[in-house]
Amino acid sequence: MIHSIEELKELAKKRKCTEDSCKDELRVCIGSSCASLGSVELAKELTKEIKTDTVKNKKCKIKGVGCNGLCSAAIMVSKYHKKLDEEIIYGGIEKEDKEKLKELIVDDNILSDKKLDMKTSFFTQQKKIVLENAGIIDPNDIEDYISYEGYLALFTALEDMMPSEVIEEVKKSGLRGRGGGGYPTGLKWETVAKVDSEQKYIVCNGDEGDPGAFMDRAVMEADPHKVIEGMALAGFACGATKGYIYVRAEYPTAVEKLNKAIKQAKKYGILGNNIANTNFSFDIEVRLGGGAFVCGEATALITSIEGNRGNPRQKPPHLSDYGLWGEPTILNNVETFANIAPIIRNGGEWYASIGTEKSAGTKVFALTGHIKNTGLVEVPMGISLRELIYEVGGGLPEGSKLKAIQTGGPSGGCIPEELLDTSVDYDSLKAVGSIMGSGGLIVMDEKSNMVEVARFFMDFSKSESCGKCVPCRVGTTELTVLLDKFIAHEAKPSDFELLKSICEVVKDGSLCGLGQTAPNPVQSTIKYFEKEYLEGIKND
Amino acid sequence: MIQQTDDRYKMIEKTMKKLGYDKSALIETLHTAQDTFGYLENNVLKFIARRLKLPYSKVYGVATFYHFFRLKPKGKHTAVVCMGTACYIKGANKILESLEQKYGIKAGETTKDSLLSLISARCVGSCSLAPIAIYDDKPIGNLTLEQSVQKVEDLLK
Repeated sequence: MIHSIEELKELAKKRKCTEDSCKDELRVCIGSSCASLGSVELAKELTKEIKTDTVKNKKCKIKGVGCNGLCSAAIMVSKYHKKLDEEIIYGGIEKEDKEKLKELIVDDNILSDKKLDMKTSFFTQQKKIVLENAGIIDPNDIEDYISYEGYLALFTALEDMMPSEVIEEVKKSGLRGRGGGGYPTGLKWETVAKVDSEQKYIVCNGDEGDPGAFMDRAVMEADPHKVIEGMALAGFACGATKGYIYVRAEYPTAVEKLNKAIKQAKKYGILGNNIANTNFSFDIEVRLGGGAFVCGEATALITSIEGNRGNPRQKPPHLSDYGLWGEPTILNNVETFANIAPIIRNGGEWYASIGTEKSAGTKVFALTGHIKNTGLVEVPMGISLRELIYEVGGGLPEGSKLKAIQTGGPSGGCIPEELLDTSVDYDSLKAVGSIMGSGGLIVMDEKSNMVEVARFFMDFSKSESCGKCVPCRVGTTELTVLLDKFIAHEAKPSDFELLKSICEVVKDGSLCGLGQTAPNPVQSTIKYFEKEYLEGIKND
Repeated sequence: MIQQTDDRYKMIEKTMKKLGYDKSALIETLHTAQDTFGYLENNVLKFIARRLKLPYSKVYGVATFYHFFRLKPKGKHTAVVCMGTACYIKGANKILESLEQKYGIKAGETTKDSLLSLISARCVGSCSLAPIAIYDDKPIGNLTLEQSVQKVEDLLK
């Protein structure tokens, strides 16, 4: 049990240890991409085999770590020299390299052909806040998290700060909701803090339904304690004692890591009653989602936690007045909560100094599609799409040419090549007809047919529509039918007008965000790639 | 009642008990039921309805709302083709089509001999390995069309 900030710091120091006798670390990435190439087994075998080798066992510790980011170089393994505090990353490791990896412990010259150049833009242009521990700490080990300043923010807040001061820091930071909405987090917290109620709830949205996005998954799997710390800080700031993390059942590893982390936090007295000998108590439970995209919508998510079909409801009342079981509730995304501890640790002003004036801080993106460096990146807001794609992302594979970039998933839009100099922030992306979204960024080459892409998303929205309101239920179906006609080159000239007007109706008339944004992929492709629609019209 | 003698019902009972037989325990209970039975058969749904004091219609409504829940048993082997955006633009739809054609079933169906279930997933969150499919819990990424069929053949061997 940790009772005070001194005890926490003591433990951190003990674990950090930089003395000669301390072990180096061989960090094997067990994120989803590396795991599918067998990295979990690799880590297990290495651990087992090294135990019998006294020299190596004394010198090094094998550690399974969360996603390192550069998934295209899976399996990633890094060697960490504790004494020098230096990390060397190796990519493209195969299971057959096991013996070499064992040698690497004592000989730095092994595997030099697989060493990754840390001076490339992929590494230098990133700024890691949310992912600061990803690929470094063992998600199964709370002490490892503590040794990297984990829970320091929570204990500092509990011992030295008033709840209002915590909110003040978050407000100062300029942090906006990372689920895609972009609502100022500090403001949301303040509203709930002001409501007079005995019971309040903190809910974390880990129902990452957007196809093509896996940021939250990586955070939950690589650094679950960070999410817990952020939620506990929210609880302290707003007077809530209970939290829920709503996670997709399709992410069994994330669920496992979170449950394990919660259990450990309870054991160490970081969750539970009278945390750090104060009168603040906080507890968290994990709830499973069931693969319904609409449950990413706030009111639908809440009703799903209550055990119902995930149908959204009219707002207001907002969750700050009437949320989970009718009580005031804060709902934030995984990435938003993961930003909280660094903000409290380093101050709101520090965070506000990163990024742009209206979109502070960093954003994690899942780079996928026709791009060289697929994987997870965290970049400061305000970086241009061009830099993101060509420098951090390494550009497109040889021989392909960029056509469009899709952000925001089924609620977002396609951005054409001409607008590559658009800055990546909430307002600029909105201005060009897309949205920031949760962070999926898909690069499409010139072979992609934009009408088919629009249809793909519309088909998604159609089958994910909960069916409660007519504009969304009927509208998305009608739009899919119309788009099919364009793809088959059998649309009538009047169909084009009809397509545009149904988009307007669905956008204006739908009850929740799913319907209101569902036409975005169609509208943005009409805006920038009208020619492809016109080609689908049959003129008799 | 037969339920008492079947250990699998005890697992479901355990989840409900942990959550205090509250109505909000429904989704968690359905997850446990699917884990233990492999799918949600009608008797199980009725059992849950009775124990949580919920109308059967409500339990059925929730079970059919969420894609994750299956009301029919799965085949001996499964092939889950990811149809997320990243996989889609790298040709996942062609992979799914060719599998559908070869085995004469649509996504979401099981072959008559109950050997293979073909499933299309919304996104398995391994977008950097697109296109990806999961064969009996083993994810295999960067698939080509030929590989995707071959892997299924390997399963059925």
